[in-house]
Amino acid sequence: MAESDVQVKEQRIGVDGRPILLHIENLRVWFELRRFGFGIVGHVRAVDGVSFDLHKGEAIAVVGESGCGKSSLMRTILGLYMPTEGHVEFDGQKISEMGRAGLRWYRSQVGYVQQDPYGALPPFMSVQRILEEPLIIGGVKSKQERLARIRKVLEEVKMYPVEDFLPKFPHMLSGGQQQRVVIARAMIMEPKLIVADEPVSMLDASVRVEILKLLRGLQESHNLSFIYITHDLSTVKYFSERIFVMYAGNLVEKGPIGAILKNPLHPYTFALMAATSDPDARNAETYKEVPPGEPPSLVKPPAGCRFHPRCPRIIPGKCDVEVPPEFEPEPNHQVQCWLYQ
Amino acid sequence: MSANREKLLRVEDLVLHFRTTVGTVQAVDGINFDLDYNRAVVILGESGCGKSSLAKAILRLLPRNVGAYSGKVYLGGSDVMALSDEEFRQNVRWVGISMVPQAAMNSLNPVIRVGDQVAEPAMIHMGVKKEEAMKLARQMFEHVGVPEDFLVRYPFELSGGMRQRAAIAMALVTAPNLIILDEPTSALDLLTQANIFNVLKRIKKELGTSFILITHDIATSSELADEVAVMYAGQIVETGEAKDFFPAPLHPYAQMLMASVPRLRADQDPEFITGQPPSLINLPPSCRFAPRCPKRRDRCEQDPPIIEKDGRKVKCWLYA
Repeated sequence: MAESDVQVKEQRIGVDGRPILLHIENLRVWFELRRFGFGIVGHVRAVDGVSFDLHKGEAIAVVGESGCGKSSLMRTILGLYMPTEGHVEFDGQKISEMGRAGLRWYRSQVGYVQQDPYGALPPFMSVQRILEEPLIIGGVKSKQERLARIRKVLEEVKMYPVEDFLPKFPHMLSGGQQQRVVIARAMIMEPKLIVADEPVSMLDASVRVEILKLLRGLQESHNLSFIYITHDLSTVKYFSERIFVMYAGNLVEKGPIGAILKNPLHPYTFALMAATSDPDARNAETYKEVPPGEPPSLVKPPAGCRFHPRCPRIIPGKCDVEVPPEFEPEPNHQVQCWLYQ
Repeated sequence: MSANREKLLRVEDLVLHFRTTVGTVQAVDGINFDLDYNRAVVILGESGCGKSSLAKAILRLLPRNVGAYSGKVYLGGSDVMALSDEEFRQNVRWVGISMVPQAAMNSLNPVIRVGDQVAEPAMIHMGVKKEEAMKLARQMFEHVGVPEDFLVRYPFELSGGMRQRAAIAMALVTAPNLIILDEPTSALDLLTQANIFNVLKRIKKELGTSFILITHDIATSSELADEVAVMYAGQIVETGEAKDFFPAPLHPYAQMLMASVPRLRADQDPEFITGQPPSLINLPPSCRFAPRCPKRRDRCEQDPPIIEKDGRKVKCWLYA
């Protein structure tokens, strides 16, 4: 019903001719800081000028530390926060102009895989009830059809025999199984886009790979667009085609996975890679090169490049004064850093 | 025997079982290992394998539902299991062994200044005066890289990484020979994590402290490990030097665990371990990994002995 209300406007096409599903332009999400509830004393600039295109069927990873604004970016894409400036366009429509019916349709098009599966599942609902809820809200009237779709999606997340799992409550499942239910819930409305926020960080090492492979398989078989939000660089290459590195509200480096892992351009990306360990006994003999300090406050970010106070390759008089624009030193690989002017 | 007495820590047949309404949980079930001065051992294992219970058993931090608690723990040659609870508190906890518990950064008292909290163990366990203890706390802050003026701040004024460093400073202030770290960086960001491991390496080098690092994060554990012990279902299934273990683990479980680690610098596709670890209630008499093991044979129906191979120990019939 809702679908017919929405007319799809002109389709954006990406540089390589693939249609674009999600177009984000100069997005800012600021939160007001109030003192004692009165008067705005400042803004938390959680997302501050983010632009990118996500193609249909493409998987991307947003990599950054906590507090860099990646969760605010994700919540804006999910339609939970509204942009302060700029816009998010899904299939040619701005989500800020969708209205209630449009948003309801939009939310059925976007699935969300939460970080903590136990916290994301209502403890008083059975697996069947958890998966039925979105279908009821989405207007699937026939009980038979709902059950059929629940069975299908549970098979897709490899929870069989399905009948055994339907009456179970979340606390009766292992962490990996809980995360499968969360994925099944995200998939049940047959969305075009899945946003996964650290989907494996709460799971054990051996289960992590299983869940990542499952997500990758679903992404490929359903031709889904996928946004994978993580701080773990070692998992992204198994998962996505492009990486966006986020620091203090900005995407400081964007590019294909191979290019970034082989040749990281931004000093922050470089630091992230240096800090990521592979299991190797020689690690114990050396110290890591880690930039000093902590990520800046998003209320009063530093002037110029936001990484300059921690940057080992700072150009004095340039980096601490002027905000670096986006440079493109190699095709499809952009970086916000004065080193590449 | 006398050579063994030289070791900093020797754990023999350590058992810690919990009583529950559904049965006895065999969380720590006959653990043997030792650790020398100025060495770090990593206890690796999935959640629920009993690795945190092992730390509690060593430090005698027991809950109320203990079903069985036995074995020997020698610290610097003397049997600390023979001590009374009060003697243990006075002579072992903090003095000989201190611990940085899981999520230590959230376990600081919110209404006491960080410096006072760090100084407290020194006042209680070393009997030093307040000024002296604060001096020690200041020194420890320097070791872990926390600015001195943070001594008078409250925990909420510090970032997660800084609070974690303060918790490590607190474990250090009594100058113990051994620190047990339970998942010291699991809640922290990547760069902060790398920073903390730099701090731990420096402490080990400068103060000669030994560490027991309990974690499921294999990749970062290699930052500190001299030795590795892999735990599965309440037992240690493999021990060895880190330089031997990381390139080529012996036990099938350890091999699969290593194969499950995603790597940044290698193009190897990670594999997952099928099945679930067993419940620690009603464990089978067979090898505990046998139901998930791709290399299982008939012999695996019996509990395998610990087999020594080139200075490494592995609990698996493959090497018998």
